[in-house]
Amino acid sequence: MEDIARRILKDDGANGQQHMSRLRLYQLAIIAGFILLLEALCLAAVIDKITMPPPHIIARDLVRMVADGRYFGDIGKSLANVLLAFATAYVLGVATGTILHGYRTARDILDPLFATYYAIPVFAFYPLFIVIFGLGDGPQVLIGILLAVVAVIVTTLNGLDRVPPVLKKTARINGLNPLQTALRVTLPFCAPYLLTAAKLALAYAFIGVIGSEFIMARAGMGYEISYAYTNFDNATMYPLILMILLLSIAANSLLSYWERVLLARRGQK
Amino acid sequence: MSAAQVTLRGVTKVFPASGGGEPVHALGPIDIEIRKGEFFAVVGPSGCGKSTLLELIAGLTAPTLGEIELEGRAIRENVPDGVGVVFQEDACFPWLNVRDNIEFGLRQKKMGTAEKARRVAAVIDMMGLRDFARSYPAQLSGGMRQRVCIARTIVAEPRLILLDEPFGALDQQTRLLMGDEMLRLWRETGATVFLITHALDEAAMLADRIVVMSARPGRAIDLVETGWPRERDSRIVERENFGALTSRLWKTLREESLKTMGRTGSST
Repeated sequence: MEDIARRILKDDGANGQQHMSRLRLYQLAIIAGFILLLEALCLAAVIDKITMPPPHIIARDLVRMVADGRYFGDIGKSLANVLLAFATAYVLGVATGTILHGYRTARDILDPLFATYYAIPVFAFYPLFIVIFGLGDGPQVLIGILLAVVAVIVTTLNGLDRVPPVLKKTARINGLNPLQTALRVTLPFCAPYLLTAAKLALAYAFIGVIGSEFIMARAGMGYEISYAYTNFDNATMYPLILMILLLSIAANSLLSYWERVLLARRGQK
Repeated sequence: MSAAQVTLRGVTKVFPASGGGEPVHALGPIDIEIRKGEFFAVVGPSGCGKSTLLELIAGLTAPTLGEIELEGRAIRENVPDGVGVVFQEDACFPWLNVRDNIEFGLRQKKMGTAEKARRVAAVIDMMGLRDFARSYPAQLSGGMRQRVCIARTIVAEPRLILLDEPFGALDQQTRLLMGDEMLRLWRETGATVFLITHALDEAAMLADRIVVMSARPGRAIDLVETGWPRERDSRIVERENFGALTSRLWKTLREESLKTMGRTGSST
């Protein structure tokens, strides 16, 4: 009987994996189809060369750019700022969300503000940040943090709302204080939400930092893209855009993989 | 099995008004003495405050009036040492495997790693979970998950085990088998067990003494001694007087259950 049950479970698992593989294949097919369409439109001169080179040229330029290491300094600077903005926003957001979850009144006051937060054009404050923090990396990192932090707070609160009361009671019965309860019970329970928060924070940190570099910076990927754009240097601009895309997708895929493993372990996917 | 381990004197719980409503008088006044080492059960109609009673004894909430003592020390919204609780809801931590879930019960205990490992291994064996030690709760059935929760409770070797309808979500066969397990653990650990249940046959099968509670606000309206031997299992239901015992419980409880349904009377 147990053998049959194990076989059914194994079959279910195998079927689920096959289904996921098929979905991945469709996703790749859509992306490949889109790239091929762009390639065809470029080669047929429907999109002219000055607007956009064909994808295979962009890929070739990217390989050359990486090979000669021309923009490694800019890439390193941008990535360091993105990581700093991401890490700060994440730690600050999770801590704020966790503390706020225990204070009903404070949350009732702040919830509507969080809901309308993304209507505020954070980039409009850039001149003010330059006045306060100067022309260094500070304003860029700060914008990255400001864009990311509220998404982390809201997602953390959302996750903590879903912790079953029985787990909190179990923590009390086992003599855990509020900090131990947060670290050992409530935050681990909402780990899938915290991973979603990480994905959002990373995306917002990329947008904030790279976007700020466009407006006013002396280095960084955003600055180089902007510089190349104003000089009609497609051989630099498009490979850099592609690189940002690839880096962002790679980081998100890593977090998504981690999320899938976590959810599978909990029987949620 | 004679000294009182837990004493409740005039315990009353009134929940304050919320959302513009009236305060809710959930429980009491209630007086109960639970003897050291006995298997004590509480039955009552839905909403009579059974779970509130358990939370009061566990120190998860404070009584509005009255006193609760465990081994002579007052309990008032402080979880006392030596108390373990198994809830009806699934309280397994989904991110921990069976072994780590059980070890969680020892996290706050001051003891060496080797001693912790020994106790966890012993409880895993005792609960028949050895083959599943590395499994995650999502890979287990409801009955197995409840076993893990029981194991997490008994690994701390509590002197008083509180069970809040622990088999409520299980099918009848599993409930009977889990009842046997519980009786075995009760005998092996020597702990006092306080069981909340809505199932009369379960209470009659497991307990030495059973309190029947009234409709809300819950009060003790009957106390039944089963007179079962300590060495017993689910086959006790075959005894002649088992039926009479459950009939007595139902007779007392029927009127109260009708009250909660908004009806009174003795129609058959």
